[in-house]
Amino acid sequence: MIRASTSREHTNREYEGELRRLREQLLLMGAKVEDIIAGSIRALIDRDSPLAEQMIAADRKINQLEIDIDEHCMQVLARRQPVASDLRFLTTALKLVTDLERIGDLGVNICERVLELNGEPPLKPYVDMPNMAREVQEMLHEGLDAFVAADVERAQHVIARDRNVDAYYTQIFRELLTYMMEDPRNIFRATRLQSIAKYLERIGDHATNVGELVVFMVKGKDIRHAGKLGDGG
Amino acid sequence: MTANTEPQEPKLVVRDLTVWYGEKKGVGPVGLDIVGQHVTALIGPSGCGKSTFLRSLNRMNELIPGCRVTGDVKLDGDPIYGTGIDPVAIRRRIGMVFQRSNPFPKTIKENVAYGLRIGGLRDAREIDARVERALTQAALWEEVKDRLDDSAMGLSGGQQQRLCIARALAVEPEVLLMDEPASALDPIATAHIEELINELSAEYTVVIVTHNMQQAARVADYTAFFYLGELVEFDRTDVLFTKPSNSRTEDYITGRFG
Repeated sequence: MIRASTSREHTNREYEGELRRLREQLLLMGAKVEDIIAGSIRALIDRDSPLAEQMIAADRKINQLEIDIDEHCMQVLARRQPVASDLRFLTTALKLVTDLERIGDLGVNICERVLELNGEPPLKPYVDMPNMAREVQEMLHEGLDAFVAADVERAQHVIARDRNVDAYYTQIFRELLTYMMEDPRNIFRATRLQSIAKYLERIGDHATNVGELVVFMVKGKDIRHAGKLGDGG
Repeated sequence: MTANTEPQEPKLVVRDLTVWYGEKKGVGPVGLDIVGQHVTALIGPSGCGKSTFLRSLNRMNELIPGCRVTGDVKLDGDPIYGTGIDPVAIRRRIGMVFQRSNPFPKTIKENVAYGLRIGGLRDAREIDARVERALTQAALWEEVKDRLDDSAMGLSGGQQQRLCIARALAVEPEVLLMDEPASALDPIATAHIEELINELSAEYTVVIVTHNMQQAARVADYTAFFYLGELVEFDRTDVLFTKPSNSRTEDYITGRFG
C-alpha cells in the first residue's frame, strides 16, 4: 500500500485490490517510461536509428497506459469516494500519469532529433550530454522509487537535483553556441543537439514534479511553486 | 463552507465531560469547543459514544436510568449542569431531532404548535405565525401550507423528518442537535435535509451525529471522530478528510477498521 503511516489493509478487499492494481499500473508505466528514456539516449550516443524507431513505437503503450490509469482512477473516485491518504494517492496518480506521459513524449522527441542527426556526420564527441542524461535518468528513477516507498526524503533529493540539470543545460547551450558561431554549417546539427538538451532539461522538470507529488501524497503538503505564490504558502 | 472565518467565542464549551452508565464509562473525558452558527459533525463506529455525547449536550441522558454525567458543558458561558438548573429550560435552548421521525398522531400544525402550547403560548395568531415561520425554516411550508389540518402521519418520510425539525425550531432554540437525521431517508430526501442543515447553520448552531461519512464531509464545517468512548480527533472538516493527524481517524475514514 502507498501509505507512510501504517500498512493496514482495507476492510473491503475489493477496494484494496483496486488500489493495488492502480499502483501496479503506475509502476508499469514508470518502468516503460524509464526504458524509453534509456533507449533514446543510447540511440543518441550509439547513433542507432533502428533503436530510435523502436522507442518511438514503444511510446504508444505508454499513451494507452495513461488512458487506462485515468479511467481506473475515475472508477475508484466514483465508486469508493476515497478520503485522506487514499484520496491523496488517487489525485497523485492522476497527476503522475500526466508527467510520465509527457516524459515519454520527450523521449520520442529525442529519438526524432536522433534520426535527423544520424543523417549527418557527428558534430563533436559528447561530453556533457551523457552526464546530463544520466542525471535526468537518475532523477526519474529516484522519483519513482520515492513514490513506491512513500519516501519524502528521497523525493526532496530529486527536487534538489534539478539544479544540476539546469546547470548542464546552460553549459551545453553555451558550447553549442560557439560551434554555431564558428561555422554556419554546424547550425543544423547544433540546434538538434540543443533541442535534445532542452528535452532532457524538461524531463528533469517532470521528475521534479514527481518528487513534489510524492511529498504531497505522503504529507498532504503542497510544495509546488514554493516562494512563487506570494508568501510561498 | 465556512463563511465566517473570524475567530469567535464558541457557542458550547465542553470540558472533561464523562458520561457513565452505572459503573461503565459511556464516553469521555471529552473536551471540545463547538463554534456558533456552524455545523459540527460527530462520526465514529457504533458504540463509540458519539450519540451519548450528543445527548449529554442537552441533558437527554438523564432520562436513562443509571446514567451519570461529570464535567462541564457551558452554553454561552452558562453551565447547563448543576443544581438549580432546569433541564427543560436547557432543552428549550438546545433542541433535538432524532433518527426516526416521530411526529405526534396529530395534525401538521399541532405537531409544530405543541411545544409552543406547553410553553404557555395561547395567542392563536402568534401561534400561527410561529408555525409558519418554523415550517418555512424547515423548508416544508410550501408543501404543507394548504393542508395544515391534515394528519402528520400522511406525510412522506422526508417530510415527516422536516416536520420534526420544524417542531424543534418552533420554540426558537439556539442549538439544534441532530441524531442521524437522514439515515432512514432516500437520497433525494437526504439531499433536502442536508441543504436544510446548511441553511439552518446561518442562524443556528448545529451538531449532527451521522454514520455516513460523506454526509459529514458534505454538511459539516467541523468534524469530531469518536472511537471506543474517546474523542480521537477534532478538526475542520476539510482538514480531517484530507489529512487527518491521527492514524485511527485515518484508518476509520478510509475504511481500514475491523
